[in-house]
Amino acid sequence: MAFLKGKYGVLLAIAIIVLILPVAFPSNYYFRIATLVWISALAVIGLNLLMGYAGQVSLGHAGFFGMGAYAVAVGPTHLGIPPVASALLGAASAGLLAFVVGRPILKLRGHYLAVATLGMGILVAMVLNNEAQWTGGPDGMPVSRLVLFGFKVKGPVMWYWITAGFLFVGAWLALNLVDSPLGRALRALHDSETAARVGGIDVARHKLIVFVISAVYAAVAGSLLAFFDGLVTPNTAGFLHSIQLVTMVVLGGMGSILGSLVGAAVLVTLPQALTVFHDYEHLMLGLMMMLFMIFLRRGIVPTLRDRIAGRVQ
Amino acid sequence: MKLKTLMMGAVTASAVLVAGSALAADTIKIGSVLSITGPASFLGDPEDKTLKMYVEKINAEGGVNGKQLELVVYDDAGDANNAKTFATRLVEEDKVVAIVGGSTTGTTMAMIPVFEDAELPFISLAGAVVIIDPVKKWVFKTPHTDKMACQKIFEDMKAKGISKIGMISGTGGFGKSMQAQCKGVAPDYGIEVLADETYGPKDSDMTPQLTNIKGTAGLQAVLNPGFGQGPAIVTRNYKQLGIELPLYQSHGVASKSFIDLAADAAEGVRLPAAALLVADKLDDADPQKAVVTGYKAMYEEKSGQAVSTFGGHAFDGLFILTDAMKRAGSEEPAAVRDEIEKTTGFMGTAGVVNMSATDHLGLDLTAFRMLEIKGGDWMLAK
Repeated sequence: MAFLKGKYGVLLAIAIIVLILPVAFPSNYYFRIATLVWISALAVIGLNLLMGYAGQVSLGHAGFFGMGAYAVAVGPTHLGIPPVASALLGAASAGLLAFVVGRPILKLRGHYLAVATLGMGILVAMVLNNEAQWTGGPDGMPVSRLVLFGFKVKGPVMWYWITAGFLFVGAWLALNLVDSPLGRALRALHDSETAARVGGIDVARHKLIVFVISAVYAAVAGSLLAFFDGLVTPNTAGFLHSIQLVTMVVLGGMGSILGSLVGAAVLVTLPQALTVFHDYEHLMLGLMMMLFMIFLRRGIVPTLRDRIAGRVQ
Repeated sequence: MKLKTLMMGAVTASAVLVAGSALAADTIKIGSVLSITGPASFLGDPEDKTLKMYVEKINAEGGVNGKQLELVVYDDAGDANNAKTFATRLVEEDKVVAIVGGSTTGTTMAMIPVFEDAELPFISLAGAVVIIDPVKKWVFKTPHTDKMACQKIFEDMKAKGISKIGMISGTGGFGKSMQAQCKGVAPDYGIEVLADETYGPKDSDMTPQLTNIKGTAGLQAVLNPGFGQGPAIVTRNYKQLGIELPLYQSHGVASKSFIDLAADAAEGVRLPAAALLVADKLDDADPQKAVVTGYKAMYEEKSGQAVSTFGGHAFDGLFILTDAMKRAGSEEPAAVRDEIEKTTGFMGTAGVVNMSATDHLGLDLTAFRMLEIKGGDWMLAK
C-alpha cells in the first residue's frame, strides 16, 4: 500500500476502482450506490482540503452543496438559464458566499469559521424551505433531465461514468493543490500558525482560498446529485447533511484524498448493507462508527496505511 | 483489516438473506419505502406497523390468489435521496411486483420516476395533489388531498353564513401547501381571506400573528392549516387572547396529541377528518363503520398505540392492491395496475374509493367528516 502515498498512486487507485467495479455490478442499483459514493466523495475531498490542510471546520458545507443542487433546479425552470450554465453559476455563487463569509471570519484565530458556517448552512436551508414559489418549499422541486449535445443523459450507468470522471478530476486537482506552494503553506499553518506567519505566509488569505475552493467542490457535487436524482429537496442543504460530510472526512482520514473516497463509500454503503438488521439498523451503524473511531482513530486510510507500512518494515 | 472483515460479514449476511427469499418461489413480493424514522416518523411508523400486521393477517388467512405475500420495507428517514435509492433497490434487487409506500410528498416524488421506468404499480401514502395531478399511469394514492380539506371547511363555513375569514398557516410543507390550496378555492365558496399570517414550524408563540388577526375588522372565523405542535400553540394563544370567533383547524391535527397539547383551549375547535377518528361514534348504519372500527381495534391491540389516520392510509393502499390482485387473478404488474384503476366502491378508512383513468385518488368530499372537539374528545359536528 506504500504506492498510495504518491500523487499518481492515489489517482491510479481511484482509476482502478472505477474501472473494475462495473464488472462486478449485477444491477443498476449498484451503479446508483456507486454514483452516490462518487458524488459524496467529491464534496468530501473539498471539505477535506479545508479540514485536513487548513485546519478549519465547516459545519455548513451542505449549504454550498444545496446551492449547487438548487442552481440546476431553479436556473432552467424559473430563469431560463441552460442547465450547465446554471451549474457553473451555482458553483460561482457558492464560492462567492464562501468568500463573503470567510473573509472577515478567517482573519480570526480559532474555530470561528465553524460557528459562522453553522449559521450560514442553516440560513441556506431556511431560504430553500421558505421561498416556496422559487424552490418548491419543503417538498422540493423537480430538475429537468440534462441534455448534452442533443443527447439525453439518463440512467445510473451513464451517471456512474460522468460522476466518476468528476471525482477523478476533483481528486487530481486536489492532489496538485496539496503539492503546490499553496498546499505547503497550508500544511505549515496547520502545524503552527505563528510559525507560518513568521515564515511570511499570509494566513488569512490562504485559509480563505481553500475555503472558497472547498465550497465550489461542494456546489459541483450538489449539481451532480440534482441532475442524477431529477429532484432536489431542502434536506440536501440541511444541517444533518453537513454533519454527514464532516463525518466522512474524519472517518476516511483528515488530510487524505483517498480517505475522502473511503469515508464517503463507508457512510453511503453501510446503511444499505445494514438494512438486514431491520430495527437494529441505527444501533449497528452507531456501533460501527464507534469501533472505527476507537480502533482507527486517525481515520481509516491513514491508520491502515501506517499500520501496513509498519508491518512491512 | 477489521473494516474488511466487517464489510464481508455484512455482505455475507445480506447474501444469505437474498438467497433465502429467492427460495420461496410461491410468494408475491410487495415493496414499501417509508419514513419510519426521522422528522416524518409520525407518518411512517404507523404505516409500517399497519402494513406488517395486515400482511401477516392476510397470509394467515391463506394469502392472495393462493400465494403468500412477502413485504419488503425500507426506511428512508424522510430523505428523498434515500427514498430513490431504496426504490431502485426494490425494483432491481428485490424484484417486487408492486409498491405501497412513500410517506411524504418529497419522497414520493423522488420515487415516481423509478417505478414508472420499471412499470410497476405504486400506491403512495402522501398528501399533496401533485402526485396524481396530472395523472400518471402507474401512480395512485390513498390519502385525501389538502384541497379537499379546504373545500370541506369552506362548505361548513358557508353553511354557517361565514364569508370573511382570517388565516394563520404553518410554513412546513403541509401548512404551506394547504394555505395555497385554500386561498385558491376560497372564491368558489364566496369566502374572502382578509388576514393571512404565517408561523415557522418551530415557533413557540403565535401571539403577535394572532393579535394582528384579532385587530382585523370584520372577520367571522379563523382557519389554521398546520401540522404538529404549531396548531396546538395557536389554539392556546387564541384562547389566551380571548378571540371569540370560531376556530377551524385542518386534518393535520387529527390526532389525540393535539387535544392533549391544547387542553381546554381545544374546546369548540372544528376540523375536517377521516371517519377513523370517530370510529366508535359513527351511526351503526354508516357503511364505513365496520371498516374503521375493525382497523382501529386491530391496530390498537397489536401496536398498543392510539390509531392515527396515517396508518389508515397504508391499510387502504394495501387492500386496494390485494383486491386488484384478486380481481386480476395474478400479480402481473400491468394487469394489477389496470385493476387498481378500476377500483370502485372500495370502502377504506379514508372513505369510498372510486378510481378511474382520470382519477387515481377516487375519494370525494364525503370522505371527510366535520368534527368538533367537545369535552376533550372528537364529536361529529352538527
